[in-house]
Formats: sequence, C-alpha cells, structure tokens
Amino acid sequence: MTSDVEIVERDFGELALNMGPQHPSTHGVLRLVLYLRGETVLRAVPGIGYLHRGVEKLCETLAYDQLAPVFERNDYLGPTSNSLAFVLTVERHGSFHVPRRGAWLRGLVAELQRVASHLVWLGTLGLDLGGALGGGTTLYMYCFREREKILDLLEELTGTRFHTNFNLIGGARYDLTSAIGAHARGLADGFDAMLDELLSMSAKSGVFRGRTEGVGVISRDLALGAGVTGPVLRGSGVAFDIRRARPYDAYAELEFDIPVRTAGDALARFEVRMAEIGQSARLIRQIVDGLPPGPICSRKPLKNPKATKLAAGEAYAAVESPRGELGVLLVADGTSQPWRLKINAPSFANLQVVPLIAPGMLLADVIATLGSLDPVMGDVDR
Amino acid sequence: MGQVKPESLEDLSEEVVRFPGGGLALVRSDLLFAWAQKSSLWPLTFGLACCAIEMMATFAGRFDLDRFGVILRPTPRQADVMIIAGTVTIKMAPRIRTLYDQMAHPKWVISMGACANSGDHYRHVYSVVPGVDHVIPVDVYVAGCPPTPEALMEGIFALQRKIMEGASARG
Amino acid sequence: MPAAEVVAALAARVGAVPFTLGVDVSAPDLLVTLRALRDVHGYRYYVCASATDRSAEFELLHGVRNLDTNDDIWVRVHLPRDAPEVDSAAHTYAGAEWQEREIFDLFGLIFRAHPDPRRLMLPDQYVGHPLRKDFPIDTPWGYRPATVGAPVAEPEA
Repeated sequence: MTSDVEIVERDFGELALNMGPQHPSTHGVLRLVLYLRGETVLRAVPGIGYLHRGVEKLCETLAYDQLAPVFERNDYLGPTSNSLAFVLTVERHGSFHVPRRGAWLRGLVAELQRVASHLVWLGTLGLDLGGALGGGTTLYMYCFREREKILDLLEELTGTRFHTNFNLIGGARYDLTSAIGAHARGLADGFDAMLDELLSMSAKSGVFRGRTEGVGVISRDLALGAGVTGPVLRGSGVAFDIRRARPYDAYAELEFDIPVRTAGDALARFEVRMAEIGQSARLIRQIVDGLPPGPICSRKPLKNPKATKLAAGEAYAAVESPRGELGVLLVADGTSQPWRLKINAPSFANLQVVPLIAPGMLLADVIATLGSLDPVMGDVDR
Repeated sequence: MGQVKPESLEDLSEEVVRFPGGGLALVRSDLLFAWAQKSSLWPLTFGLACCAIEMMATFAGRFDLDRFGVILRPTPRQADVMIIAGTVTIKMAPRIRTLYDQMAHPKWVISMGACANSGDHYRHVYSVVPGVDHVIPVDVYVAGCPPTPEALMEGIFALQRKIMEGASARG
Repeated sequence: MPAAEVVAALAARVGAVPFTLGVDVSAPDLLVTLRALRDVHGYRYYVCASATDRSAEFELLHGVRNLDTNDDIWVRVHLPRDAPEVDSAAHTYAGAEWQEREIFDLFGLIFRAHPDPRRLMLPDQYVGHPLRKDFPIDTPWGYRPATVGAPVAEPEA
C-alpha cells in the first residue's frame, strides 16, 4: 500500500564545494575541495602549498649559524620548537656541548610556547565550532587574554613576542633573571585556574561535547600507518612522546606525564591537549625552581657565521613541538652550509589523514575535525 | 586638506549652526564620506602566515580593534580593507588578486609585515612573490617580523589619516 | 641507531648495506624491504620521506619507526639522475602518499603506481623541480617586478 503522502527524495547529485584558501575555518591558507551529496562528504581533496616558502632550498644557501631564525618562521605557533629541532640536529652531528642551564632554559621557553600554542588552538577551535558555543568568540577572547600573559613574559625574557630566536647552536641566547623567574613561576601557578575556566566554557558544555564526541575518529592502525603525531597520535591511544621516548635537553631530568586517550576522536585530542597544558605548567615550575647555575651557551658570540663547519654525514633529531614530532634530517657535506635539510613537519603528517577519514562525515564535522587536528599551514607547506 | 584631522562632526564641519535642542552642520560631502569610511574600516578575515597570529591578537581582548570600528568580515563583498598578513606565494597571488577584485569600492590594502612588504628573507625563493605590491596596490606598509599589535594599530591609524586626507584608494 | 638484528635480517634478505641512519637497498627491493619492516619487524609507524640530490644520482629515504622498541630505520635507495623512477610506498604506508607527492614536486622523482601523482606544493603549471641542485633558488617564475596593480594571470604551462 502506498501512503497518501508520497515522499519524494530528490537527488541533486554530487556537489563540489571549494573551501579556502581564504576561509576563516581552515586555519590559514588550506584549501579543501569537498565533494558532497547533501550534507555528507563523499571525498575531500586538500590543496596545500599556498604558503610554500621554499625553506628547505633557502637553508641550502645559508650558513648553519644563520638558520635558526629562518626555522622559527615555519611553525609560527611554536617557533622555539622549530629552531630547537634544528640546533639539536646540528649539536648531535657536530658534537657541540650544551651547558645544563642553557638546556633547561630552552625547555622553559618551549613549554611556555606549547601552552601559548594550545591556547591559540583552543581559541580557533571555539571559532570553528562557532554558534554552537554561543558565538564562539567567547573562547577565543579568553584564550587570547591568557596567551597575552605568556607573550608578555616571553617579551620580558627575549625582547620579542613569539619569534623569540632563543635557541643557539650550543645553548640559549638569553638568561633568566630572578625577577623573570618569579614572573614565570607565578604564571605557571595560574595555569590550573585558567584550565578550569577554559574547561567550564568548553568541555563542560553539552553542545561542545556533542560537536566533538565521536567526530573525526582516527583508529590506532591508521594513526600509525599515516604517521600522525603529537596529540593526534596520543588521542588515538599511542603513548609516544619524543620528550619521553628520546629525551633531549632537560626532559630526562624532569617529571611529567604523557596524557593519552584511546577514543581517537576530536574530543580525545581536545582532552590530550588540555591535559598537556597542565603538564607544561608542571614542567615550567620544575625548571624555574631547579634551574642549575652556570653558563647558558658553550660557544662565544660569532663574528663569522661561515666559520662553523660540519663533517659530511647524515643526522636526524626530533623534538616534541606543540603539534607533535618535529624532526630535522640533515645531510652535511663538510662545508658551513647544509647540503640538504629535510623538515619533518608534524602538521603535514596530521593533515594528510583528512582525506582518509573525511568520507562519510557531515560537512560541519569536517570543520570540527580540522580544528582538532590543529594544522599550522606554515608548518605544512614550509 | 593635509592638516584637517577631525575627530567629531563639529571638527569635521566648516560651519555649525546651533539651534535650541539641535544642530545643523554644513559639511563638504567628500569629507563627510571620508569621515564615515575611516570610522568603519572592515577588514577581510584573511591570514597568510605568522603575521595573521598577531593580527588575531590585535582583534582579541587586549588590543580590541572593535573600538575603532574595525570589525572583521569573512567575505570580500563586505570588506573595505585587506590586511595582507604574511608571505605571498606564487600559488596564493592569483587568489589574492581575485579577492581584491571582489571587494567593493572604495577599498584599501594594508601590507603587514616584512614578507608582505618585500618578501623578507624569502624574497629570492623560487615560490615567493617579493612583496604583495607586485599583485595589488598597497596603501600602508607596516614594518616588523611580525609587527606587534601596536604597529598594526598604527598602520590602521595611518590608513585612517590617509582616508581623511583624501588620498584614498587607487580603485 | 637502527637495531642490529633488523639490519642483519635485511642484509640476509635483500642484501641491505647499513649506513649511519639505516640501510641502503637497491631500488627494486624497496617495497620488499618496507613490507618486511612493517610486517615482520614491527616498524609500523611511518616517519617521513626525504630525497637528496647528489648530482650524479638521487637518494630517496623512507623513515619508519618501531614504537615498541623506539627504533628508527631509514631505508635509502639510489636512483640514477636520468631515470629517477621507483615504486611508490603509499600502498604500504598511508603516510607516504603526500611525502612522495612532495618529493615528486620538488625533486622530480617518479613514483610508480602512486595513487595521486600530482604536484603538492607548487602550482600545477609550474615548470621545473626546485630542490634539484641545478635549479637556482632565485628562478623567477610568473611574477617579475611589474607595474603596480597589473592583473596577475595564471602563467601558462
């Protein structure tokens, strides 16, 4: 029997929706071509390279000592991690000594920037989820208010707000005075209250959970095969953190936990990052309290950057940037310039799971997934 | 008109006639329009690289550009100002041109940071446009790598002064 | 440092020769080596791929990791400059797909049976492979200093 009302389903076919490179929800200049049927994504084809600045080629034309500031511009939310990965590779390959105090200070700045980076991520995630969180800008405003406090401290310590240029081959560039140390300590003590406040605006909201729970699930197997890294990997149940697995600088001496969630969805990645802010606060407190005395850099200020030469050979070293494993593969040829530098960028690895998990998702969930992956296009494109 | 920097309608007008309970101002129309335009500069939400993060910080709580009438619009159709915040690559340049062409007149461009001004240390690289002014006309250049929020605000004020001086966009 | 017994097993299986970061294998053995690493030795995590221009030849490296033992191994192949072709690892490790596209884009190495063999970073019409050593860094392309405000068209291939 046919009912009185015949339900007509009209098939409008496949719609190709171009998102970006100018779009507020793509975190920079990412382009996504989404093939939709209704509101369901059939395929997603990311287009990247809109910020390809040829850093790897540029590196081949500069001396080792000139390169750290160039690296800072890649992942512009955690600049210190970039230059840290580079100086670590050079130090390991060239056997440069790093004084203990310098190593601890590098960890301090890296952890401060990790918190600042996660705050930008949370603020933009709030904007991405938009109306669901009552305008979305609430979270953004609160996150940037807290971030400004960290940037103030970095400005006090290094003179700039976030491209700190703090890392040198062989140590750190700026020393911590007791006044700045007290400032950092006070800031880190406030992070727990800040976390409570931010969680009350995000995780405690049912709408937020509804938008993120079960959304953008990355299975453990996919996470391994695609090589995703950082909080995305740890959100999929793999407890791998470069700071613990291959400790660099001060991390072998410091106590911290590695937050892991097994769900693999956007909420899991959110929870991992929020827990990481707490762990960073713990690390900052330990570093400020136990900062060893002594010099901060083992090398004298340079007059001629071309004087540093590295023996021929290959080296790879990685750090845990706010987005995950940031590695530098160095191929040296015995001169003062690298023959080849490959930057293993965490955002690149994390972003390439989007076409693998997007089919079948709702359009709005793609935005939530993208927000939870936290790609930085400078890091993806280099 | 170089010295005129009116802050209110009374400063703006050449003659104000006061009535009991009201007022009448006689203003040149171009000055009035310029005054309206500079007081509601709506930039396009358009970040390219590091500078975009400082631009976001400028729009957030501490610096609060809303109080100058500067409110972000996500579509070029509603925007007056394009803030080029970051490195312009050859892949992005045609898109920037398209976005610029989609903006309604009158329109202005602020080039924010060393990359947009000149390409910075990337200017010789095979994929980078050495300055956004190869692609679109620029009204105000803001120096810095990245410029601080204060510097960006000064850039916006400079654009407002420029609008009041009548030397507005080339388009 | 790669685990010694894995290197020994690979040496016995495909004649791999160790170097600082991993093993050198011949190009036809690349996929066999990667599959053995993934399925037999537990190197299931894909780190990244890289290429190096050595003037006479290209080197291609795939980095894989065993998360249980925390070991990295880089599998390196040498490709002749006039015919830089190699099998794609994208079907073995999902993460290799974009890495290989990037290497194709910047170095011009050809990956056989790659699922999506397009440029990744540069525009599709771009001519040349910029990370090759014979490609000058300041090669202008498309945008020469022109009159201000001139429209910018997509250059022809």
